[in-house]
Amino acid sequence: MRPWRGTGWEDRSGGEGTMEEPRLRLMAAPHLHAQDSTARIMWSVVATLVPVVLAAVWFFGAGVLLVIGAAMLGAMLVERLLGPGGAIRDGSAAITGLLLGLTLPPGFPLWMAFIGGAFGIGFGKLIFGGLGQNIFNPALLGRAFLQAAFPTAITTWPAVRPGEVLTFQGDLLAAPLMTPAEVDVVTQATPLGLWKFEGEVTGLWDLFVGATGGSLGETSAILILLGGAYLVARNYMNWRIPVGIFATVGLLSILFGLFDPTFPGPLFMIFSGGLVLGAVYMATDMVTSPITNGGAWIFAFGIGFLVVLIRGWGGLPEGVMYAILIMNALVPFIERITQPRVFGKERGVKKAEAA
Amino acid sequence: MSPRQTTPTQDLMRGVWKENPVLIQMLGLCPALAVTNTVMNAIAMSAATTFVLLGSSLLISLLKNHIPKEVRISAYILIIATFVTVVDFSLNALAPLVHKELGAFIALIVCNCMILARQEAFASKQRVGRSLLDAVGTSAGFTIALLMMGISREVLGNGTFLGVNVMGPHFEPWIIMILPPGAYFAIGFILLGVGYWQERKQPPTKRPRDWPHGVRSSTGPADSRRERQVA
Repeated sequence: MRPWRGTGWEDRSGGEGTMEEPRLRLMAAPHLHAQDSTARIMWSVVATLVPVVLAAVWFFGAGVLLVIGAAMLGAMLVERLLGPGGAIRDGSAAITGLLLGLTLPPGFPLWMAFIGGAFGIGFGKLIFGGLGQNIFNPALLGRAFLQAAFPTAITTWPAVRPGEVLTFQGDLLAAPLMTPAEVDVVTQATPLGLWKFEGEVTGLWDLFVGATGGSLGETSAILILLGGAYLVARNYMNWRIPVGIFATVGLLSILFGLFDPTFPGPLFMIFSGGLVLGAVYMATDMVTSPITNGGAWIFAFGIGFLVVLIRGWGGLPEGVMYAILIMNALVPFIERITQPRVFGKERGVKKAEAA
Repeated sequence: MSPRQTTPTQDLMRGVWKENPVLIQMLGLCPALAVTNTVMNAIAMSAATTFVLLGSSLLISLLKNHIPKEVRISAYILIIATFVTVVDFSLNALAPLVHKELGAFIALIVCNCMILARQEAFASKQRVGRSLLDAVGTSAGFTIALLMMGISREVLGNGTFLGVNVMGPHFEPWIIMILPPGAYFAIGFILLGVGYWQERKQPPTKRPRDWPHGVRSSTGPADSRRERQVA
């Protein structure tokens, strides 16, 4: 028996032809709905990443579409097979695959990208209970797995070839489980690798536009920043996180530059490597970043601090991935210490009572 | 707790699969995770543990009427430690390379809870023959579990089996599988498979998950099942 019988609701649930407006409509709160849904936000993020993907095609050739496609396929296939029904439609698996693809080098074997996407969704998200339950950013977890499993392939950086759109670099179609063949591919060190191992600093303009070796999404800082600005304008992203990360990295590199003149300047540190992509798209993941604004600042500071630490003194040239993953793990604690005051309660009352 | 009477066959077979120490009882996970990066290490670890378990089961079962209840755990540990020391020195003399690979984990067999569990739960209460049968079965189960781990990790992580290439010359090794994280992935997947297999064996049960569509009191199959368990 329908509990709302006689309240006007049966008119709406009736068949076609009875679409007249009920005179009195009773319903439970909330009465006002925002336009935004999970799917809408996720697909907006995907849309803002399209220019970044196109930039990657421009710099590295159309092969990057295959790499990104393989990562997305792996992520979405696992979400479809093992995830809750209909979860594929909210677009979060597509984002995970897309972001993972953007962190991979051009010419990365497709089967590895597929495994990375499947691992990111399976172990990064579904094992915790699906969207909203995951502790770590699934895309970064997938990349961390790939980095540990296939360290050679993921640090082979084909050279940037602006404009040669129809080139396919590297052995993309290596048979599953097989080592990619040693094809003649011109490699190019990433700016951070050049600085760390050769002591050479890449020009700022190249960094800003993206004409440098590196992962697909490590290229065009300006397009990523524009996409991020759109997301901030739509309030889909907490601007405090990227701003805090950039500020921390910049200030710390100025600070360390005072003691060590060979330490690169703040702009190089910000625009090289995956920092822009990580700060704008990875760290701001709604699920794995703090919900409070105070917490967002702490979170951003932690990421920036760890990035400078790993880049300056760690064994790897790049540390954005590990910095974000480490801070992801700390998010519950950050949220606990930055809980806002409940309305109507005074500060410190609990402590006074306890004393 | 009066132990049910079991047949000798049950004593032998129980530990092999149905109550596999690692996969079902979750005992002895430390060596199963730490020293299974190659099949050789897994075999060496299983052999060492088997020797210690057999020896200590035999001795404790013989001495069960002479060990005071109050200090029995310390006495068991002393006996186990004796056999571990024997294994440690013998391996060092016979196979120094393997001994070096296993490192501290040979000495750590002392605190393998699987061994202590068999002594406390079985060998200290049963006759010598039964204890030995139980020790053989449990060791076999431990060996099976370690081999599953070792084979999956070495084949995936290195492309080899006992050092022989089995995946072809172009296989790309999954380095992570021979690193510590790979141990957790391997045991996770194996436990997933075992759990799935066990669940499939049981007849499908209707779970009382009707809420909230039709809130129903949980009568019927669920209750009768619980009663059966109590009885």
